[in-house]
Amino acid sequence: MTITEKIIASHADLPRVRPGDFVEARVDQTWSDDLGSPLTMGLLEEHGLKVWDPSRMFVTSMVNSPAQSIQTATVLKSIRRLTGKLEIPHYEMGKAAIHNALGIEIGKTLPGELIAGGNSHACMAGGLGCFATGMGSTDIAAILATGRTWLEVPRTIRFRFVGKLRPWVTGKDLMLHVIGRIGFSGADNAAMEFCGEPIDTLEVEERLSMTNMAIEAGAQNAIIEPDAKTLAYVDKIAQRAFTPVYGDRDAEISEEHVIDVSELEPVIALPSLPSNTRPLTAVKGIRFDQVYIGSCTNGWMTDMRVAASILKGRKVSDALRVIIIPSTAQIHRQCVEEGLAQVFLEAGCAFSMPTCGPCIGAHMGILAEGERCLSTSNRNFPGRQGHVKSETYLCNPAVAAATAVKGELCGPDDL
Amino acid sequence: MWHQGRAWFIGADIDTDQIMPTPYLALRTNEDLGRHVLSGNDPAWPGRFAPGDVLFAGANFGCGSSREHAPRGLKGAGIACVVAPSFARIFFRNAINIGLPLLILPEVQTGAGGEPVWVDSESGQVRRSAEGPVLQGAKPPGIIRDILAHGGLMPYVKARSAAVSTV
Repeated sequence: MTITEKIIASHADLPRVRPGDFVEARVDQTWSDDLGSPLTMGLLEEHGLKVWDPSRMFVTSMVNSPAQSIQTATVLKSIRRLTGKLEIPHYEMGKAAIHNALGIEIGKTLPGELIAGGNSHACMAGGLGCFATGMGSTDIAAILATGRTWLEVPRTIRFRFVGKLRPWVTGKDLMLHVIGRIGFSGADNAAMEFCGEPIDTLEVEERLSMTNMAIEAGAQNAIIEPDAKTLAYVDKIAQRAFTPVYGDRDAEISEEHVIDVSELEPVIALPSLPSNTRPLTAVKGIRFDQVYIGSCTNGWMTDMRVAASILKGRKVSDALRVIIIPSTAQIHRQCVEEGLAQVFLEAGCAFSMPTCGPCIGAHMGILAEGERCLSTSNRNFPGRQGHVKSETYLCNPAVAAATAVKGELCGPDDL
Repeated sequence: MWHQGRAWFIGADIDTDQIMPTPYLALRTNEDLGRHVLSGNDPAWPGRFAPGDVLFAGANFGCGSSREHAPRGLKGAGIACVVAPSFARIFFRNAINIGLPLLILPEVQTGAGGEPVWVDSESGQVRRSAEGPVLQGAKPPGIIRDILAHGGLMPYVKARSAAVSTV
């Protein structure tokens, strides 16, 4: 069995599972944000159901927090009431984080575990070697009531990377390249498995940026078998004992793609699908109104350090505005302690507390009609970040920082 | 069971941000969400729909965000069934979970919009005219039929799990 099949089988108490099987599996951890959790918790209340284990759930108020209207303030107030009543841990601004990142940061998504989060980018946690998948509010409510969920066992598509990565080519670029190659629904319902020497050389957080975007290829989950680097990363933060799982050497997979990264440049996704990709040199010179470095995809400490290394001692162009938002309150604090916040502010960037706001067009960076944003986030759908006639381009944090300085699309070597 | 409704047609890769744009995610009822459904694709969509209508989409309908507000808005606008060659996985689960039938039909359907159509989501069949040929789609797997038969996931969970404790 593959690593994905082994994790599902163990959580379904079955000796083996095959792609296409429908199973009922135990869930180790779930969570929800301020968009989905009122629906989720409202369903429990409506049906008079108890929470199976409040320690396996948390809620973050992050998308519309701090409240950006009376309407969202009212929603956030209802979340405080419901989490209190159901005794579910609730993280608010100042202590909070983008939920997909928080589960990892607080050591509640661990190798070998089965994770179902109330957000499509919950698949990010698969970068640590767990089965992690995103779901909607009613699915999360059923998990809260029973501790279990039904799954269709996905087929596995393996991506074996070979070659040596060129400078400024990151995990984000590998993933954009993959999505561009297989298409926006190219891994429909499948498990994406990443392996090979270039993956081994990536920082753990770059791997998380990759698995974050599995949903952008339609996948159920993405997974990277845990190595020494992963285990060192999670050992420091793990809140539960865990057992890493590895696939069998002779596991059957449905497809394998071998991808030579030797000639790969930083990748840009043009509007308005993440699969609409080009190499950086093919689209240099495009001008933007806004640059956004952050989101659950690229708001990690690794991303903040890369952006700061390029912005240090430089000023951002007067042609655009720049927003930098770390994924979590802890990363925000660490940016201050390491002096990165000073670098961002001196360069002329807006440096904000964690929120999903600009990525999802909720607040803190909404685009007007005709405006164009270069973003390290994961989606560039029509109207994703604001007006339906605004445009979003996707890239890695180094390209975003360099473009912020030059005022037009470029790489760090062009400065 | 055959259902007759009016047909509407939309393209491929319609994501849930277009089905229910972010500014409306604080709305709570299906009916309120329904007043804005698909406005991220075309602001004229919500005004076209009436109870019993059937939406025909291209492949990969409901891709992107896990927001359950998207199928809830379709249901709230009166959509009785969505027919497409494929649905994104999370949207598919969400729709079934709230009792909105989906029908997978390999061929993409197009038309002017507003014309009568017949669908049977249980057997997976579609007819474009009263006497016309039957187009055979996929019959949903057992667990999907079970959840729909209970009216959605929460009643299904309550009915079959003795382990669920109620307050």
